[in-house]
Amino acid sequence: MVNALLIPLLILSGLGLLFGVILSIAYKQFKVFEDPRIEKVEELLPSANCGACGEPGCRAFAEKVVNQGTNPAKCTVSSSEGLQKIANYLGVDVSREEKRVARLLCAGGTLEAPNLANYVGGINSCRGEVVVDGGIKNCSWGCIGLGDCAIACEFGAITMNDNALPVVDTEKCTACNDCVEVCPKNLFELMPISQKLIVQCKSLLKGDLAESKCRVACTACSRCVVDSAPGIIEIKNNLAVINYKLNDLTNPIAVKRCPTNAIVWLENFNQFETKQKSKLPLGRVEEVFDTDEYYQ
Amino acid sequence: MAVSDIQNNKLLTFVNGIHPKDYKELSNNCKIQRMPFVEEYTLPLGQHIGAPSKSIVQKGQYVKRGELIADSVGFVSVSLHSPVDGIVSDIGIFDTPKGDVLPGIKIKTDRFSTQQFHQKAVDFESLDVNGFIKSIQNAGIVGLGGAAFPSHVKFAIPEGKNCKYLMLNGCECEPFLTADDRTMVEYPKQIIDGLLIVNHFLKAEKIYIAIESNKPKAIEVLSKYAEESNSNIEVVTLKVKYPQGAEKMMISAILGNEVPSGKLPIDLGVIVANVGTIKAISEYFRTGMPLIERIVTITGTSINNPTNVLVPIGTPMDEILEFCGGIKDNTARILLGGPMMGAVQKNLNVPVVKGTSGLLVLSSNEVKDFDQYNCIKCGKCLDACPLFLNPSRMGLLAKKGLWDEMLDFHVMDCFECGSCSYVCPSGIPLVQSFRVAKGILREKSIRDQNK
Repeated sequence: MVNALLIPLLILSGLGLLFGVILSIAYKQFKVFEDPRIEKVEELLPSANCGACGEPGCRAFAEKVVNQGTNPAKCTVSSSEGLQKIANYLGVDVSREEKRVARLLCAGGTLEAPNLANYVGGINSCRGEVVVDGGIKNCSWGCIGLGDCAIACEFGAITMNDNALPVVDTEKCTACNDCVEVCPKNLFELMPISQKLIVQCKSLLKGDLAESKCRVACTACSRCVVDSAPGIIEIKNNLAVINYKLNDLTNPIAVKRCPTNAIVWLENFNQFETKQKSKLPLGRVEEVFDTDEYYQ
Repeated sequence: MAVSDIQNNKLLTFVNGIHPKDYKELSNNCKIQRMPFVEEYTLPLGQHIGAPSKSIVQKGQYVKRGELIADSVGFVSVSLHSPVDGIVSDIGIFDTPKGDVLPGIKIKTDRFSTQQFHQKAVDFESLDVNGFIKSIQNAGIVGLGGAAFPSHVKFAIPEGKNCKYLMLNGCECEPFLTADDRTMVEYPKQIIDGLLIVNHFLKAEKIYIAIESNKPKAIEVLSKYAEESNSNIEVVTLKVKYPQGAEKMMISAILGNEVPSGKLPIDLGVIVANVGTIKAISEYFRTGMPLIERIVTITGTSINNPTNVLVPIGTPMDEILEFCGGIKDNTARILLGGPMMGAVQKNLNVPVVKGTSGLLVLSSNEVKDFDQYNCIKCGKCLDACPLFLNPSRMGLLAKKGLWDEMLDFHVMDCFECGSCSYVCPSGIPLVQSFRVAKGILREKSIRDQNK
């Protein structure tokens, strides 16, 4: 009776001892040294695993920062304090790359760019609408407005406004590229926040034809080209294109005479937050260009 | 000719598929009418699959009917010809029926021209195979079934493969459409002639003309002409079923062989051509006329005079609808193509292109909007899918946005026939979501390639 209790007890404790010894030997023998800083850096990173830095996740990025000396500022999601903490911890210089945000290159909501038909009974997403005759909007380049980007944004930076246009909250936007990839019309572009002069249109049509499709379309009238320093804006394929290499020279005057408000100057506000000029016939401007103001 | 071995007194068909009501009676007795010349024609340069052609005309230039206005770029590309005598009025970007905007040429018709066609027949007997392929490319001939795939690419048999069977696709399984049916009834001579011209170069053992059994007139006429031609042409009757006219389904119905996933019919030694394409080839070699007009079915319950029209390519759609008596007040939707695969049109100021097979005007009685419910896993879509895919599972994956997982279920094999959506009792937009998935996956693979 005692044996029946004792033997299994002995066998089990013997086994336990044996495995314990094996494990402790294995721990000593096969020990892998891991830089403890990696753990710490990973903690300091936002753990969003968004992939904006080009790495599969925050852990991989932390390894790169510690082992290969990658600049922690490659993480666009971290706040500047967070980055400073990592830099202080590792004793490196953080040359903060300029904050970039996603900008929508279309301003034609349902009010400005009318629909030609109703979209009913299909898949409730921009992608789904685009497979049916390229979407219901009259303009072939314009924003569909069903908010695929708002769903794709993991940081809650995109909200759809009443005019069915996505508003990017520049505070929350981390330039993770998700909205750029998901937009079926390729309307998003990541831009440094210092780029305030933006052409919010992608229509390749010209003049009245462009405006007949959307009230805020770029009509390729060249007014902004004339009003800005030479070389900043040029008309390419019936669309004003800004040369951001000369970003320092850009000036809000360039947008003043735009008949459709396709080109905008974003000063301390998000896109589409200001009231858009609307219902203006072609060629008239709301604010008359004031020369006195310019030559002051 | 002896009674066919493969026909064996029964209707041939494939496994699965659906049986929608065909509504062909609206226009299958209407003779093909010629659309009068209109004032202006718009010709997008990218009407076919492959590289868009390159314009070789200038604004203000006078072009003759059938004159080359845009040249092919590369092998998978075809030429484009002017449908009228007229003046090039604009070169720019114009709306296309696909809903996008493409570079194109606008031609203003010369009102005083007789619009007579002056070009010489092409002597095909002196050509070799490469010459034949080149001349089809120069004639701008593409598959007129709907996809507009350049025909010469199809006829250029890759090395190591040979063409055993040439098949003429006269199934026209889409409900409502009757253009191919009427072409077969009214142009049987040209069709047989075209087949023989093509076979002069392809040297297939056997030519099959596949027609669904709901076109008895076409079967009768073509059987008669096939017998008279004393050649290896045989007319086979297929069961009325959708999507019988899909290339792969037709081959499996006639030969009993399936085209493997990712392979082409030529891997089985088969080349399939559409009725309109063969007619265009015959016309090109006999009269020298390149592909500048095509037969389009204008039908539907909400158009005043449904009919089949011979339309110059580039004619605006609203002009054609007007020619057919205009649309009724209760029109709900206008589709380009048939009801199963056709795309809804939002804009009627777009031209007929080479791939336009029909214009379908539906009234509000036919157009229903379904409520969407959850998948009840009844398996009806599995019984309908002609490719034995699993639409039910793929639909669930699409709902969750798991596109990469859909690849494992061979979503890229789906040719978007729409049978799954047609049978789904829960009204789930299955084929639509596969279209979305295919678009996303294609974009993704392009992005990965560029990395």
